[in-house]
Amino acid sequence: MAQTVEEIVIQLGTIVNEVAGIEAAEIGADKTFGDDLGIDSLSMVEILYGIEDSFDLKIPEEEGNNFRTVGDAAAYIEKALIEKEEQEKAAAGTGQA
Amino acid sequence: MKTSDIVITGLGATTPLGGTVAETWRAALAGVSGVGPLEHDWAKELPCQIAAEAAVEPATMMPAAQARHLDRASQFALIAGLEAWADAGVGLDEANPIDPEQLIVAVGSGIGGLWTLTNNWDVLHTRGARRVSPFTVPMLMANAGAANLGLALGAQAAVYTPVSACASSNEAMALALDQLRWGRAQVAVVGGTEACIHPLPLAGFGQMKALSKRNDEPTLASRPWDKGRDGFVIGEGAACLVLETLEHAQARGARIYGTLAGAGISADNHDIVQPDPSGHGQRRAMEKALADAQLSPADIVHINAHATSTPQGDLTEAESVRAVLGDQSTAIITGTKSMTGHLLGASGAVESVFTVLALVNRLVPPTINLTDPEDGLGLNVAALTAQPLPAGDLAALNNSFGFGGHNVAIAITNAHSTL
Repeated sequence: MAQTVEEIVIQLGTIVNEVAGIEAAEIGADKTFGDDLGIDSLSMVEILYGIEDSFDLKIPEEEGNNFRTVGDAAAYIEKALIEKEEQEKAAAGTGQA
Repeated sequence: MKTSDIVITGLGATTPLGGTVAETWRAALAGVSGVGPLEHDWAKELPCQIAAEAAVEPATMMPAAQARHLDRASQFALIAGLEAWADAGVGLDEANPIDPEQLIVAVGSGIGGLWTLTNNWDVLHTRGARRVSPFTVPMLMANAGAANLGLALGAQAAVYTPVSACASSNEAMALALDQLRWGRAQVAVVGGTEACIHPLPLAGFGQMKALSKRNDEPTLASRPWDKGRDGFVIGEGAACLVLETLEHAQARGARIYGTLAGAGISADNHDIVQPDPSGHGQRRAMEKALADAQLSPADIVHINAHATSTPQGDLTEAESVRAVLGDQSTAIITGTKSMTGHLLGASGAVESVFTVLALVNRLVPPTINLTDPEDGLGLNVAALTAQPLPAGDLAALNNSFGFGGHNVAIAITNAHSTL
């Protein structure tokens, strides 16, 4: 079962806190990485690979560049996790056939 | 050209002896050794397994996210620089403003962010380019300590990083001294930082036979001028001083420790590593510092020597000092690396802080472990215990010599001291 957006936002909060020291409570889906959270471009790169490690995903650079808010990232991650789950199921199904 | 006197109004340090100037100075006067065993897995195969590690872990002194984006060398620089800045009490509030265009930062480093470099090299090989930190270069660059301190203090006149191995921080002081004299700024935060207790330089220095291998007796390992010395002990940390034009300091009613009276720089032009055994370059640096400060050899009551505890280096410096001061000199000489170990590019700044405090307190910190001095040393060394300085006007030198043949002597006096 894939994670909910709310769960993903909480996990993102941990990553952003580790990189930038921002209190997890301040990190909500509506917050922009730049203006609201003050994440600079280098820290954003760290956050993106933190997401890749934490969720076991690969985020194409052009997708990562589109994350304006925490919610944008969470929505992308939710979708990517569902796709990954389906692919894994399909792969498992193929294996049984 | 009429130039201003440049006074010293702030001190900061984080060293193997303590996390602040006060803790460091107290330990130095008591003759405490900052050297201990290296209890890291990476040290197990090294011939030298001792070092003078910082008394206070620098990352514990700042928010975790900030520490993550600063190499250990920059962390040390920031801690020492901010302590010196607070100590000087300049620019802290609206009542005590500083024009950013009048502020210089000059913090030297011998090597730079070595841990950042090798950690990310490891990441590159184990996890690939996409996992290398985007902060790799701004963290490892040798000017990162100065640049981060400049950002923290708002310096806009200039931010410098002299890199001349173990002479780096004295060179930073010499450079800033001239800048302030020329009127390019009114205030400068100067010093040095180093964080190279790392297996690579330990192995490299070890291959040069430069390091002490007294692994079983770490606190006895650094022993300048003692017959039993067998090399230096690597140390880490940072120290900073706040320099101001006398006019600027007096206008704001600053407490003045003393005067940075002069500096002398020379280059050996002899060998990339070995000091010129004739001591010519070392003598020239001290003579130039005296001339720059308008002092005579007879004025010098104290020298904080480079004195790293290497067999040849200590003797060459002793001969150079004797040649400059003359046989009649009663100047009290000390080698504080006996306690701090050798902080490489930060050593000159730590020793400048010691020199300033020695004049203020009229007390020279000891050269510990000097139980069996070289025959015919001919120096009045503060062996084993702190030694008092006389009343009246005081002038001192602080020597730093670096790989590459860099020699920088700094002259410090108690002129203008309000203490």
